[in-house]
Amino acid sequence: MAIKRFVVGSFEEEPVLFRAVKKVRTAGYKLYDVFTPMPIHGLDKAMGLRETSIPTAGFIYGITGTTTALCGISYTLVYDWPLNIGGKPHFALPAWIPIMFELTVLFSAVGMVMTFCYLCQMAPFVRKHHFSPRSTDDRMVMVIECTEKTNEEELKTFLSQTGAEDVHVQNAETGWWLGSYSKNKKPFENPNTILA
Amino acid sequence: MALYKYESQVRPPLVDGNKTYHQITEDIVRPIEARPSKLWWTGFLISVALLCFGIFSVTREVIYGVGQWNLHKTVGWGWDITNFVWWVGIGHAGTLISAILLLFRQGWRTGVNRAAEAMTIFAVMCAGQFPIWHMGRVWMAFFVLPYPNSRGSLWPNFNSPLLWDVFAVGTYFTVSVLFWYCGLLPDLATVRDRAKLKWRKFFYGLTSFGWTGSTKHWQRHEYLSLILAGLATPLVLSVHTIVSFDFATSIVPGWHTTIFPPYFVAGAVFSGFAMVQTLLIITRKVFNLKEYITLEHIDVMNKIIVLTGSIVGIAYLSELFVAWYSQNPYEATAFMQDRANLFTPYGWAYYIMMSCNVLSPQVFWSRKMRRNLTVTFFMSVIVNIGMWFERFVIIVSSIYRDYIPSAWATYYSPSIWEVGFYLGTFGLFFTCYFLFSKFFPVIALAEIKHILKKSGDGFKEKMGEAEKEAPEAFAHEMAHAH
Repeated sequence: MAIKRFVVGSFEEEPVLFRAVKKVRTAGYKLYDVFTPMPIHGLDKAMGLRETSIPTAGFIYGITGTTTALCGISYTLVYDWPLNIGGKPHFALPAWIPIMFELTVLFSAVGMVMTFCYLCQMAPFVRKHHFSPRSTDDRMVMVIECTEKTNEEELKTFLSQTGAEDVHVQNAETGWWLGSYSKNKKPFENPNTILA
Repeated sequence: MALYKYESQVRPPLVDGNKTYHQITEDIVRPIEARPSKLWWTGFLISVALLCFGIFSVTREVIYGVGQWNLHKTVGWGWDITNFVWWVGIGHAGTLISAILLLFRQGWRTGVNRAAEAMTIFAVMCAGQFPIWHMGRVWMAFFVLPYPNSRGSLWPNFNSPLLWDVFAVGTYFTVSVLFWYCGLLPDLATVRDRAKLKWRKFFYGLTSFGWTGSTKHWQRHEYLSLILAGLATPLVLSVHTIVSFDFATSIVPGWHTTIFPPYFVAGAVFSGFAMVQTLLIITRKVFNLKEYITLEHIDVMNKIIVLTGSIVGIAYLSELFVAWYSQNPYEATAFMQDRANLFTPYGWAYYIMMSCNVLSPQVFWSRKMRRNLTVTFFMSVIVNIGMWFERFVIIVSSIYRDYIPSAWATYYSPSIWEVGFYLGTFGLFFTCYFLFSKFFPVIALAEIKHILKKSGDGFKEKMGEAEKEAPEAFAHEMAHAH
């Protein structure tokens, strides 16, 4: 949670964006993020992001569900209140498979979605800074962070040369804050004073 | 990217009209931002009226008991359970389209998946009503949940298929809602960022959870969708399998059949696709989305209808064959006498089922018929009538003549309140669908944009050029495509 300074540029075509990402990274600029209206396959690799661990989390939640079902049913039907149903075994594993499977899926799905929301910091009444409203419509918006060493003018020219349109500088809060999108209230009134 | 070149030109485009990303946003968000049409209001009000009638019918049942329905000692499951199985079946197409076709990399699913998933959720909501209100003392419904209680603790019987149903349908509903909503998040953000009105900014800001479209978020989102699809695929097969266990694990002749799970799943996909066709043909017309839900989509779904219809047909014939081959007199009575004999009390229902489900979908072997909207719409309704009768035949014709003739039932026909309940679920379904189509994007915006440059009309033409390139350059570009 800090207010930082960014150089922002929009792209219209994916191939141009991919080349620009490569150039920005080789030039050594701090590529903050690219905001796109749709998933672009391969962009995460081009940006050098690491793989997500959501599938691993899903697996762990899944086996938690299986275990919960198995333990819960065994406890109730074998230990707590065993019922003699036609002399059949109390530990009737085949008959429990449906519920064990359902709980595996349920735990895994709910857990993964909650993890996803947590990792992406998403929830109702969460507000974030949006660099461009067109990043959810038709433009891929590249955001480069300015550090002490960055020469803003040079970076702007550089970004324009890679094919970006509408290149400009923005001060932005990097974290989220509580608020609704109908009120344009920012957590810090004068961002320039708290500039990192 | 380089990979875009490899989409075959033989396949027709999935997005007609030479669209840009912005035009897609405009086309799909327009119905949300415009005032609802008279047609929308008419449909919506009719649905609400049906819903109110349904609520009234159910209220009578709650006050006076299940005796309001014409169920009796022999026919204990009638319209209510028929409707339950029917609605659950309809709910299967959405997950099939969104999950199984995602795993099979079927590009055409993107045009129809959002509406189909919504349909799934609403259909499962309708389905859930029937077993709940059928309980009679509905205020005891929480007894199905396993929680430590002051009655022992008395636990539900985890060995019972009816309890499996609770878990299966509950899980299915939850997972479908999560899958659908995760897909909606980016699209709601699109609507939010275009919004001019204050309430719209508030509402879509609230529902889009602060989605920004960051690459890292998209990466997680893609993985989440993929894994949820992987989970939903066995789930959707398990749900109707478990519903069929309600019957298959009993020892009632006509229900006690090992063929039930695959047969029910095929039937569910069959009726689900029919309902998707019914809804989408109306939706594309009312919201003018002909360029996104193309004849190609309708054609492909009709192919699935003829396939699953034929699977169901084979299942019907196998049942008859096994009844004869087993030489079991009870099986023979259940299938050959109580069902297939036209001159028994419910023989008529069997032949409606056969003609609607097996014979009539065969028109879809013809490409001309598959691409004819009037025929498709008519057939989609016929198929769902047929599938309703399938469940009715399975349930009622197996139990109305018990083992001893003195227990043979008086002819079971529903009371007005049973019919009212059924109509009420139609009201619930369409009320939800109308609200959904007004307030949410009915087509997955981000996904359509994702396939635009490979399957869009304007981009397809350029793909022939790739073949003129030297193969070495081609291979090199493939290998080094980011």
